[in-house]
Amino acid sequence: MKDESTGTLELKDGSNIAVIGGGPAGSFFTYFALDFAERYGLDIDIDIIEAKDFNCTGPPGCNRCGGIVSESLIQSLSAEGIVLPSNVISRGIESYTLHLEQGTTVIETPLHEQRIASMFRGSGPLGSEDTEQLSFDNYLLELCKERGAKTISGRVIEAERETDGISIKTKEGLEKKYDLVIGAIGLNARTLKLFENICPSFKPPKTTKTHICEFYLGEERVDEYFGDSMHVFLLNLPNIKFGALIPKGPYVTLVLLGSNINKEIVSAFLNAKPVKECFPEDLDLKSAMPCQCYPSINMDGAKSAYGDRVILIGDSASSKLYKNGIGAAYITAKAAAKTAIFEGISESDLKRHYQPVCHDLDRDNLVGKLIFITTTVIQKSAILKKGLLSMVINEQSKANHKRLMSSILWDTFTGSATYTDILRRTLNPLFSINLIGHTLKTLLTRTNNKKNEKQKVRTTI
Amino acid sequence: MKSKKLGRPYKDGEVVIKQGDPGDCLYVIQEGKVEVIDESGETEIKLAELGETEFFGEMGLFEKDVRSCTIKAMGDAKIMTIDKRNFYKTIQKDPSLAYRLLEKMSNRLRETNKKLRDR
Repeated sequence: MKDESTGTLELKDGSNIAVIGGGPAGSFFTYFALDFAERYGLDIDIDIIEAKDFNCTGPPGCNRCGGIVSESLIQSLSAEGIVLPSNVISRGIESYTLHLEQGTTVIETPLHEQRIASMFRGSGPLGSEDTEQLSFDNYLLELCKERGAKTISGRVIEAERETDGISIKTKEGLEKKYDLVIGAIGLNARTLKLFENICPSFKPPKTTKTHICEFYLGEERVDEYFGDSMHVFLLNLPNIKFGALIPKGPYVTLVLLGSNINKEIVSAFLNAKPVKECFPEDLDLKSAMPCQCYPSINMDGAKSAYGDRVILIGDSASSKLYKNGIGAAYITAKAAAKTAIFEGISESDLKRHYQPVCHDLDRDNLVGKLIFITTTVIQKSAILKKGLLSMVINEQSKANHKRLMSSILWDTFTGSATYTDILRRTLNPLFSINLIGHTLKTLLTRTNNKKNEKQKVRTTI
Repeated sequence: MKSKKLGRPYKDGEVVIKQGDPGDCLYVIQEGKVEVIDESGETEIKLAELGETEFFGEMGLFEKDVRSCTIKAMGDAKIMTIDKRNFYKTIQKDPSLAYRLLEKMSNRLRETNKKLRDR
């Protein structure tokens, strides 16, 4: 509401907020806005408008994501008092298994403690009959309802700016004016268009296609072949920056990140020897795949993800490149909630207090791009990969050894640390010396082996 | 059925932190219960029981002192460690993360005052 005496635009007792999109970004915003408002002594109403039913299996209940809650987010949520229930966690991840063409190694969690969760955004893949498995998105929505938010099932088809608010219309017939509208709509192009109308300077993020699919193996076989380890692949395959197999109850989720992933690229990945070796020999991957999708992911941040009475959060604003999208949703949603409750809802308030948080994420992603360029160089070089593998194996085999490469890979795979922090650690001279040392050792071993082979041939002749 | 809760598992009676030991982590109970024990006298005095979502060890985050109490698991429990450095890095960027910590510490101070008054 606009305070005529001060000319400021801020929430007052009785103000209402529409949160469009009930995924993690929308729920985190709602949860924290209601929490901050209560602490601040402000009485506000929040409606969450969501078209999906997260209690459904397959596409109708799924927000199409790899389904990992990172170590840093788990710790922050725990400190906030949000402890994920057992039936929302598909599996606690306690190690990462790194697969290269040159070999495999396991990177253990630094504290031997499960602090990463795999989960389903909906109630599981298409046809899942596991009634005990609950949706992560639905769990967060329930937390919001407990705090007093109202959820409305519907698809927003119109958003119009008026002098004293924003009018929202849904396909199902709801027409209501709100003091503040939150766009937590991911990368849904149609709904993003609505926000371009009420927020003229807003430009949605650039995206690329990725691939996610699930394989049904059964709980016992997942235990046997994958355990509580997330399997990551740095293979020399075109377009693929990173591939991961994530165990989740009786399923394993495949996530392929890179640029413009299509059927041929997926097929090349699944036929790669290190990938095939992860699965039971008798498993026909095609028939074990109940659902698959090619969702978009952010390649950069949006421009001006805010305006008077409007804030875009989560993927619609800024995310973390390739990783920890839910963590980025938490960061932007909480920053938006803090700004709306404590600072104001005018464009200038949001520019001053909300935009810097998005900028930090975007800046970090630039560093992330640099890291992934380096990773691509390593991916293409057998010698560098052997050196990397040798360094990790050496670190993991000694209990009190400094785990320079292991911690860098751990944080790159888990998305727990910022890319800037990861880059800073790679600049440690000890890291470079170690990597060069291990690469040279590998090179020398290879040269010696070749010499010995030639010698053997000569002797035989 | 095996619990899927996160954190490190502790068995009944297992010590999570020991009074007098150095320590700088915060702990959040993911599942089960723990008891807070004062071992400074000749006999152990049980001060409190803590359950799911509650935390302990917060003094270690802010003071360079030894643990003031012993914490033991009551039955099977799962407990998550929050690293001091991660915590400080996060509250540096988002001070609101400390709201709940301050609220709980204030509650505990109020309860201690009440106990002293009731003596």
